[in-house]
Amino acid sequence: MNMIQALNAAMDLMLGRDPAVVVLGQDVGYFGGVFRVTDGLQRKHGQHRVLDTPISEGGIVAAAIGMAVNGLRPVAEIQFADYIYPAYDQIVSELARLRYRSAGAFAAPVTIRTPCGGGIRGGQTHSQSPEAIFAHVCGIKVVMPATPYDAKGLLIAAIEDDDPVIFLEPKRLYNGPFDGDPNKPAVPWSTHPGGEVPDGYYTVPIGRAEIVRPGAAVTIVSYGTMVHVAEAAARSLGVDAEIIDVRSIVPLDVETLAASVAKTGRCLIAHEATRFAGFGAELIATIQERCFFNLEAPIERVAGWDTPYPHAFEWEYFPGQARVVAALKRVLEGR
Amino acid sequence: MPRRSRLHVPRAPARPGEAPDFSYVRLSAAGAVARPDVGSPAADIENLSVELIRVLDDQHRAVGAWNPHLDVDTLQVGLRHMLLTRVFDDRMVRTQRQGKISFYMKSTGEEAVAVAAGLALRPNDMLFPSYRQQGLQFVRGARLVDLMCQLLSNTHDMCKGRQLPVMYHSVPGRLFSISGNLATQFPQAVGWAMAAAIKGEDDLAASWIGEGSSAEADFHHALLFASVYGAPVILNVVNNQWAISTFQGYAGGEQRSFAARGPAYGMPGLRVDGNDFLAVYAATAWAAERARKGAGATLIELVTYRAAAHSTSDDPTRYRPKEDYERWPLGDPVERLKQHLIAQGEWSEQRHAALSTELEQQVAAAWTEAASYGTLTEGPRLDRDLMFEDVFKELPGHLAEQREQLRRERG
Repeated sequence: MNMIQALNAAMDLMLGRDPAVVVLGQDVGYFGGVFRVTDGLQRKHGQHRVLDTPISEGGIVAAAIGMAVNGLRPVAEIQFADYIYPAYDQIVSELARLRYRSAGAFAAPVTIRTPCGGGIRGGQTHSQSPEAIFAHVCGIKVVMPATPYDAKGLLIAAIEDDDPVIFLEPKRLYNGPFDGDPNKPAVPWSTHPGGEVPDGYYTVPIGRAEIVRPGAAVTIVSYGTMVHVAEAAARSLGVDAEIIDVRSIVPLDVETLAASVAKTGRCLIAHEATRFAGFGAELIATIQERCFFNLEAPIERVAGWDTPYPHAFEWEYFPGQARVVAALKRVLEGR
Repeated sequence: MPRRSRLHVPRAPARPGEAPDFSYVRLSAAGAVARPDVGSPAADIENLSVELIRVLDDQHRAVGAWNPHLDVDTLQVGLRHMLLTRVFDDRMVRTQRQGKISFYMKSTGEEAVAVAAGLALRPNDMLFPSYRQQGLQFVRGARLVDLMCQLLSNTHDMCKGRQLPVMYHSVPGRLFSISGNLATQFPQAVGWAMAAAIKGEDDLAASWIGEGSSAEADFHHALLFASVYGAPVILNVVNNQWAISTFQGYAGGEQRSFAARGPAYGMPGLRVDGNDFLAVYAATAWAAERARKGAGATLIELVTYRAAAHSTSDDPTRYRPKEDYERWPLGDPVERLKQHLIAQGEWSEQRHAALSTELEQQVAAAWTEAASYGTLTEGPRLDRDLMFEDVFKELPGHLAEQREQLRRERG
């Protein structure tokens, strides 16, 4: 099953299990979403449960908040993460703080799904990775799956969560794992163990990282598309890397990260988002606080350049295997 | 024709030192506006967004088709809530001046907007107010002590010390948590109403926004979603003429009424005398009936005047004439309802003065109790551990660590 089908299965299942669940967003109803993630859901569950909306991200999130206050569990789609900013005030000032400001009297369990990341020729308005912007906000959870299995389990967990969740979908992974080389033929999810998605209900708990590959030489901390790029880079270098998929950016599974770095003594952070004040900065700060005396080398960081995502230079921008390999060498040599 | 483009800078009708000028306020005579059937198509009743729905005339009689024919009990209850709002506001500003609370916002001159609408709605209808509809709190049975404890951020504060004064909420009263950010509640109310319709429930949502904050995108999101989905919601624009120092022209009120934005979105817009208790009640009841019949949302502009400062941090004498309010053509809502009751022989100056005294005593007694739970300067304080709660439903690890750190800091 690919990630699109896995996400679809999660929403289908939750719409069936819980009459409070509703799905709303641009093109999600009749058409089934521009990436087909909500395909067939309106036909099956009805137009009161799966609603097409105006092109109004602020309105979508605000309406979802009101719906949630009235007992529903909305799953709102923002068509591209790059479009989420008109809803920023509703997310930051309202959704994230409603429980706090009302001392628990009101809460809005809204899930906001949104495709992120580059690698699809999206240019600067269809490629962004804004996780750090939301990680900085108190009161929302932020997750990003890297496999169809995690996508389904995490989305069910997000919908069931009583706190708001920003659910970032690395869209380059929708149809298959991607090792960072755009010139190689696309690989389907059927070739990857993460593409095995059970029928029915299961959850992947929010707040837990996953050790994708155990190893002893270095810890690579990553999430989203970069998990697969990092894996391929380590393989090509023949390094016994321990690869961790963070999955849950907020809350962060510090214990799993710290235990790994304490063991390997070396750490590389890889994310697609811009570097300066990116989430990698928080990861590095947290890991060095916990593991300073275990570190054999400075923690390295691989990220997108601090520029907008350029259309013509997508693969020069994208932190591909070459950039990861170079950083891995540095962190292994201890500089 | 001008020979080149120009920048129009709206100019307030009167600034300090100038004579008040309300010639821009378009008035209709009481009773002059027809009351259409609640199911009328929005396009057929656009006149309601231009004219001014009024019921109380200059002789204090209720006249015309919009007269809601309320019984004396309801009128007296309305008067009581409005007077309580005024007494409460006055007293709370004094406590702010004494340094007992940090901040306050009065609703003086606008009491009918909240109280009449609140009484016209059902107890199960969900209210999404801005910060200047405290009358709704009284209509929905809030205890004075509870409101005061919120203002004091004290040990009994419903918000556990997290909100500025006035940002109340009530779950049993169905009053949504007030946000210090403007306009955000407006589209949320629409979402709430959409959910009610999805669930097949009969409750509606009502929200209030100032004419100044109607300039925010959220206002337009609300109207759009309300219109697209025919949501059972009443969207109220409280046009009190002033957004701190900018007059309503800066929110676009020079060209068209705020009510006219309703028909522009395909919903009725009612322009209502916001200082006329009966008109506000009647307009709200009309919109509520329309919503409950499945005919969708209504935008109501309540034409009123912010008689007091924007907040205790504001000094309106610096941007508008001192005697502005005295010349406001729609008068004082409390006085007008009082005179209406007197004209019917159901009230008197003596009873009014007695009620005033009674309410002042009630407020004073409540203050004594509320202050005993702590003020900004003295008495018990909230447990600071509470700071870390309710960010999430369950306390995550990093917040537990920070709570420990603060405990160590403070011994």
